Amino acid sequence: MTKAYSTRERIAKVWYKYRLDGFIFILPWIIGILAFQLGPMISSFILAFTRYDIITPAKFIGIENFKKIFSSDPLFYKSLWNTVYFVIGSVPISIIIGILVAVLLNQRIRGITIYRVLYYLPSVTAGVAVAIVWRSVYDVRYGLINNLLSKLGIQGPSWLGDPSWVMPSLIIMAVWGLIGQRYVIFLAGLQGIPEELYEAAEIDGASSWNKFVSITLPMLTPTIFFSLITGIISAFQSMFTAAYILTDGGGGPLNSAYIYVFHIYRNAYQYYHMGYACALAWILFLIVFILTFIQVKFSGWVHYGG
Amino acid sequence: MSKYEISQGKFAKYGKILLRYIAVSLFAIPFIIPFFWMVTTALKQSPQVFAIPVVWWPKPVEFSNFAKAWNSAPFNIYFKNSLIVTCTSVIGTVFASAFAAYGFARVRFPGRDLLFVFMLATMMIPADVTRIPLYLIFRRLGWINTLKPLIVPSLFGGAFYIFLLRQFFLTIPSSLEEAAYIDGCSSFLIFWKIFLPLSKPGLLTVAVFSFLAHWNEFIGPLIYLNSESKYTLSLGLRYFLAQEQALVSVYYNLLMAASTVALLPCLILFIFTQRFFIKGIVLTGLKE
Repeated sequence: MTKAYSTRERIAKVWYKYRLDGFIFILPWIIGILAFQLGPMISSFILAFTRYDIITPAKFIGIENFKKIFSSDPLFYKSLWNTVYFVIGSVPISIIIGILVAVLLNQRIRGITIYRVLYYLPSVTAGVAVAIVWRSVYDVRYGLINNLLSKLGIQGPSWLGDPSWVMPSLIIMAVWGLIGQRYVIFLAGLQGIPEELYEAAEIDGASSWNKFVSITLPMLTPTIFFSLITGIISAFQSMFTAAYILTDGGGGPLNSAYIYVFHIYRNAYQYYHMGYACALAWILFLIVFILTFIQVKFSGWVHYGG
Repeated sequence: MSKYEISQGKFAKYGKILLRYIAVSLFAIPFIIPFFWMVTTALKQSPQVFAIPVVWWPKPVEFSNFAKAWNSAPFNIYFKNSLIVTCTSVIGTVFASAFAAYGFARVRFPGRDLLFVFMLATMMIPADVTRIPLYLIFRRLGWINTLKPLIVPSLFGGAFYIFLLRQFFLTIPSSLEEAAYIDGCSSFLIFWKIFLPLSKPGLLTVAVFSFLAHWNEFIGPLIYLNSESKYTLSLGLRYFLAQEQALVSVYYNLLMAASTVALLPCLILFIFTQRFFIKGIVLTGLKE
């Protein structure tokens, strides 16, 4: 027997289920998205086909900007290569170390929370201050790393002065700052693996390494894939602050730390090549878009458990 | 089993635990050592900064470096500007995001799910794409060299935060609010009286995330601010660095003292809220 509702209650129930005041709740966000995202995005797309230096009115020039980017802008290729170098250097390493740290921090020992906080600390410090700290860490004579290396009898490189060492410096700093975010995700992944799997493996006499390779890693594949794609996407857009501070806003010796966002920054706000910079930004958007597409479409190979 | 064997088993067990602590501690060193370096350098006297071999412990401990650094550039102003930008943005972000998140989580209206997918899609837009037209718009509005471009966009909520809070709101049982409806409560009252108080951990997470983002922001201040009286801490530090480098030898101790002060709010905030913070990352990073 169902409970009898009064008319008032029934109306209230229907009203609760379908109502329009939701629009009011999301209205501020809609205004924001139109004013600060969608509107600018459309104008950025239009600007990409113009020549605009702020002073003289924008002039439509078709695909001239894109032509110039691909045919006669060596710094475009240089900055794109630097960014790809950075992505390849930082993302896989941060994932591997992230998994290791997650396994380390998944142990049931007293006070593990304190360690979890310690390992996460670098991740909350992205900014100018921490980049300045790294500058002094990398100092060729008085820096932390070269002093430690000299204890081992190794003469450290000129980290920020040698074109071939600037990118590795940037990568080390980035990985240091990324492990926190990575391990948190992997730790959650580890804790989602059913205990029975390990128990069954133990009965079969599997070693720790066997268990890691045939249970832990396969069960973590969704998390690894997620970290890989989101990591690549954000690596393409990040590190401007660090690259800027480590190289005094110059891009490093022989433009060795001149990453893609640096190229956009310089064209837009230093040369005032607004149309050109928009075209560059849209190429970045395309790269991000394709990566996101891959993430959504081809995540089939990963093991999502049963 | 003899007594001896039992104690040996115990010994092996404690040995194993000890080994775990050693592993976890050793591995933590690279994560902590830059902070150690920062603080010890900040407390060194100048000759010790340039001592070779390196001096690990400052002797004597020079606390006056902090005052010296603070007074060698208008850090009072930088700090105040950073506080203004960060606090207004955080408050704006938290409320605007919660407001929208409630709409997405709890109110059924036509086109809601489509809009939600659209919102997720907007997270993909690189900030570099929209930054240029925004710069042009703010320039037209005469907002160059004001703090407005750093604050106003965050007063409408961010997609990531809305998503995070929506996940939080979805976990609140609907029976509570249904009862309130029947008693004639409006959805705004329910949002204010039921949802906000019940989701303090979520709101706190958003607040911390957005605090860190605004406190550390660099490119925004770099392109919008051009007079010293408007600099935020990150931009001020950048010019402090340039100023120190123009000297014969770089005063790393003063630079590190200034950096320590700039990092401290982030570190303290994180340490006190880490429980919610880490939960928030997992919630958004793994689920969905």
